[in-house]
Amino acid sequence: MAKITYIEFSGTERVVEVAKGLSVMEGAIKNNIPGIDADCGGACACATCHVYVDEAWREKVGERSDMEESMLDFAENVQPNSRLSCQIKVSDELDGLIVRTPESQH
Amino acid sequence: MNDSEPGVVIVGAGHAAGTAAALLRQYGYAGAITLVGDEPIAPYQRPPLSKAWLKGEADAESLMLRPLGFYAEQRIELICGVKATAIDRAAKTVALADGRRLAYQTLILATGSRARPLPIPGADLRGVLSLRSAADAEELKAALGPGKRLAVIGGGYIGLEAAASGRALGAEVVVLEKEPRILARVACETLSSFFTAYHQARGVKFELGAAIESFVGAGGRVTGVKLADGRVIPCDEALVGVGAAPNEELGRDAGLECRSGVVVDEDARTSDPAIFAIGDVTQRPMPLYERTFRLESVANALEQAKQAAAAIAGKPRPAPEVTWNWSDQYDLKLQLAGVAFDTDDIVVRGDPGAARFAVFHLRGPVIRAVEAVNAPAEFMAGRLLIGQAKPVDRARLADPAISMKEVAAA
Repeated sequence: MAKITYIEFSGTERVVEVAKGLSVMEGAIKNNIPGIDADCGGACACATCHVYVDEAWREKVGERSDMEESMLDFAENVQPNSRLSCQIKVSDELDGLIVRTPESQH
Repeated sequence: MNDSEPGVVIVGAGHAAGTAAALLRQYGYAGAITLVGDEPIAPYQRPPLSKAWLKGEADAESLMLRPLGFYAEQRIELICGVKATAIDRAAKTVALADGRRLAYQTLILATGSRARPLPIPGADLRGVLSLRSAADAEELKAALGPGKRLAVIGGGYIGLEAAASGRALGAEVVVLEKEPRILARVACETLSSFFTAYHQARGVKFELGAAIESFVGAGGRVTGVKLADGRVIPCDEALVGVGAAPNEELGRDAGLECRSGVVVDEDARTSDPAIFAIGDVTQRPMPLYERTFRLESVANALEQAKQAAAAIAGKPRPAPEVTWNWSDQYDLKLQLAGVAFDTDDIVVRGDPGAARFAVFHLRGPVIRAVEAVNAPAEFMAGRLLIGQAKPVDRARLADPAISMKEVAAA
């Protein structure tokens, strides 16, 4: 289990335990966290699970894949720390991770 | 409002239904919510049934739309394995097959669609399968494996995904299609020939322009597919994927306006203001294309779930979305946006030979639809441009040296 903090655009924080091996997106869906729609269920096909990774965690979370990069290119309000949360796998390394959800997914 | 007063009853417990229930709570709806579905399990995602799940790359739990505890936590009553049999619009009740009668203030029909059967002799033999539900998928998966022979009737997306998954599991696969090309109803020729060649290179055989006469069997089990020219294609299992029909009977019997689907407006409301309909079962407005249409996709289910939940919870109508869909076959990700209605030209960008390209369908200078193979930028930019109905320069669109960002910005 890893503790993950999801912070909504409005500032509401939710801290949940997410099992290793799940994606950050799945952690949100299982806990009914608003702001992560994940229309395609994690197939990297829709860019509706866009999150901003807290600066302190960017390196540990790793780089975007090419596919993800292209999807994000056309998402709204993309920042250098933007990721698709379906592409971030939860591991012990990510215990404590903080992500924020963009306004457009609310 | 409290739970003893009639609230929202949702008939159907699929992707649209589960999403609508969750959104009603997210949007602050406080009344009772009841979901009634005839399948024995809580709402789950169907797309992986022919993709990752079929190949064994996703487990049953990962299919669930929400964890089971979610429904109790959110005060959503889930009635599984029970069919709704009739709506009494005057009394505002829904009758269930187990004799119960549920009172509603607002009803949402999310009954989905069903696989069209093939009305030919032998269709009732064991081993003649369709793929719609988790139960169907279990049956198909159990039948696939090394040395097994699968005949796929219908070269549409479900059939092709099952063919790819079947190959991944070591089965021999032949696809029989009555049209001269696969995906004839839903995609352009460039895409059809690309997918045909890609499947062939991975061992799938095709019978195009196939006139199927019957399924033949032994001991009540299918053993082959008989063609009009007399040939029999031997198989251990046959998957019929020839399209879906809307489960509109409940609405139609209650007198709701139906026209190849339950007719709804831009709030997903039917001809009865107290009844909404969402997902595959609807005939819905397509504002971008100035017509109505019946869509079968997750994106459509979710968009209409949002519309209905917003209308019921008193939120503003969400902005219209550009419809989209996707298909996973082998290492290919096909992403589709828009619908190629009334188009007069096609622009191919990229190289089908390199399995990275997109086909744009235009009406004049405006993109109406895009089919993108391993080309997410083309898909995302295409979806954006379709929504904006913004004219594009065809020559620039066709030139992969010019980025989609530049094409979209021009």
